[in-house]
Amino acid sequence: MSVADRTPPWTSSGTCRIGFRLSRLEDGLDFLNAFVAFANFVMLPAVAYGSQLALGALGVTMIYGILRFSNFAHGDTMAFGAMATILGTWWLQAMGVSLDPFPTALLALPAGIAATAVFVLITDRLVYRFYREQKSAPVILVIVSMGVMFVTNGLVRFVIGVDEQRFADGARFIITAREFKELTGLKEGLAIKSTAMLTVVVAIIVVAILFWFLNRTRTGKSMRAFSDNEDLALLSGINPERVVMFTWIMVAALATVAGVLYGLDKSFKPFNYFQLLLPIFASAIVGGLGNPIGAIAGGFVIAFSEVTITYAFKKVAGYLIPAWEPQGLVQLLSTDYKFAVSFGILIVVLLFRPTGLFRGKAL
Amino acid sequence: MIRVEGLHKHFGGFHAVDGVTLKIAPGSITGLIGPNGAGKTTLFNLIAGTLPPTSGHVFMNGEDITGLPPHDLFHKGLLRTFQIAHEFASMSVRENLMLVPGHQQGERIWNTWIGRRRIAAEEEGIRKKADEVMEFLTIDHLKDERAGNLSGGQKKLLELGRTMMVDAQIVFLDEVGAGVNRTLLRTIGDAIQRLNRERSYTFCMIEHDMDFIGRLCDPVICMAEGKVLAEGTIEQIKANDHVIEAYLGTGLKNRMIKETSSE
Repeated sequence: MSVADRTPPWTSSGTCRIGFRLSRLEDGLDFLNAFVAFANFVMLPAVAYGSQLALGALGVTMIYGILRFSNFAHGDTMAFGAMATILGTWWLQAMGVSLDPFPTALLALPAGIAATAVFVLITDRLVYRFYREQKSAPVILVIVSMGVMFVTNGLVRFVIGVDEQRFADGARFIITAREFKELTGLKEGLAIKSTAMLTVVVAIIVVAILFWFLNRTRTGKSMRAFSDNEDLALLSGINPERVVMFTWIMVAALATVAGVLYGLDKSFKPFNYFQLLLPIFASAIVGGLGNPIGAIAGGFVIAFSEVTITYAFKKVAGYLIPAWEPQGLVQLLSTDYKFAVSFGILIVVLLFRPTGLFRGKAL
Repeated sequence: MIRVEGLHKHFGGFHAVDGVTLKIAPGSITGLIGPNGAGKTTLFNLIAGTLPPTSGHVFMNGEDITGLPPHDLFHKGLLRTFQIAHEFASMSVRENLMLVPGHQQGERIWNTWIGRRRIAAEEEGIRKKADEVMEFLTIDHLKDERAGNLSGGQKKLLELGRTMMVDAQIVFLDEVGAGVNRTLLRTIGDAIQRLNRERSYTFCMIEHDMDFIGRLCDPVICMAEGKVLAEGTIEQIKANDHVIEAYLGTGLKNRMIKETSSE
């Protein structure tokens, strides 16, 4: 068989072949532009937001697994932690301490965690312990946690005010949209915010430490044992008050880190944290309450759905289908309704898989 | 060892335990028998601190331990197992056992970060102990198995193993032989006797298998309707008219009469 026989018939004309190749290249660039736009406006924000939700949901899921109630005060615990860290940051900034290019808040974070741990331990001693000794039903503890939520909420607003507070300093971007365009020659820019990057890195570190702690240390194992079978844990000599104390300390740390990262990435406003409660609970429930891996997965599921559904795809669509000039924004849902996404997913999961994606405890 | 005085537990109008007074002598293997709903497990729950009694007292070595939480009783050497075997399902058999001894170094939050060598040294000892226990109970081939995957009888052995991880003074066994096949039952019986003889454990066990009771227990206490009906050696209990009426049934009595007449 000769070589000519093996060439496909549609490449027999030379001009036709070149034209074909050129159009393929342009298609490729358009595709790249579309991808970069998608990455810039959907993927990166969703990964950062997902990490924040995952950290928040981990706290909720730990309280649920070990203390056996849904902690409605969690959003405001995050606000409290962020507030404590912001106060520390301001003090450091006033002292002239800086961690450039990293935000100064990272330095204040340990102090913020300590303050929040003290705060939740005091709440536990004053409020939750009473109901625990009464062996109250979980639903009573849920209502109690709502009371704690309102008090914490008021406290945070009283201390730092209801307005938006900015406390992010250091480098704003790792790479700006303009630098990216110059670097790649693409029409679309990809801006990587340093806070988004920081969020992801810190979240990975925190989750790694948490899992190491739960699986490899004696304290972590007794916490898992307590969550698995409380009666047996007690009869194995595990001191419940100590397990409860550790749980609160770890939840305080998770909440503070989540709160500070959210505040750095967006901005700190007490009311926003109250609103975060819904997506956080949705994440924990979608992943399976009481299951840490589920909480992380749930956080990303909720974040990606929320950002994708509320993003206006006009630009991306313009690159992918040049012939189509959509009249609207190609947006499934206005960002005003973003909380409806969490609700929607929550309902679907509860209807079809009540234990969550990773088989947590049934609600 | 254990002295129970006038113990009552009422659930609403229902008197599950209705004025129980009994003694468990140190070094004994005391059997507790009675029909279903006699209040045996409730009595265990009251003694082991799982439930608070309505009234009455429990003493251990002369000390009033009424209403102490289970983990405090554990550290005093009072242990129990469950009628339906409990286990930490997501952990391995070995991890289940290694969790038991209380007050470990690794339980302190600072040690988790700074005292790792001390924890490692201590855990080495606990691991060795867990291996010994698993060998003793002939479940060492299951050491890395998830406890949730064990069969019912193996879970019962694991329950027993849990009590062997510390130097217990008294162990309350709730139907340790129920749902266990004959060979395994013999293993469990041997383990109980060895623990009793070699490590001077005191046992108090709820059981329905009269042969098993007869082989191990002296004395035997029979409960019915929340009260102690009779107490004595297995022969005395078997011959007690109240016990026969409430629990053993006349069938056994007839059989025993037949046996004695044929001898």
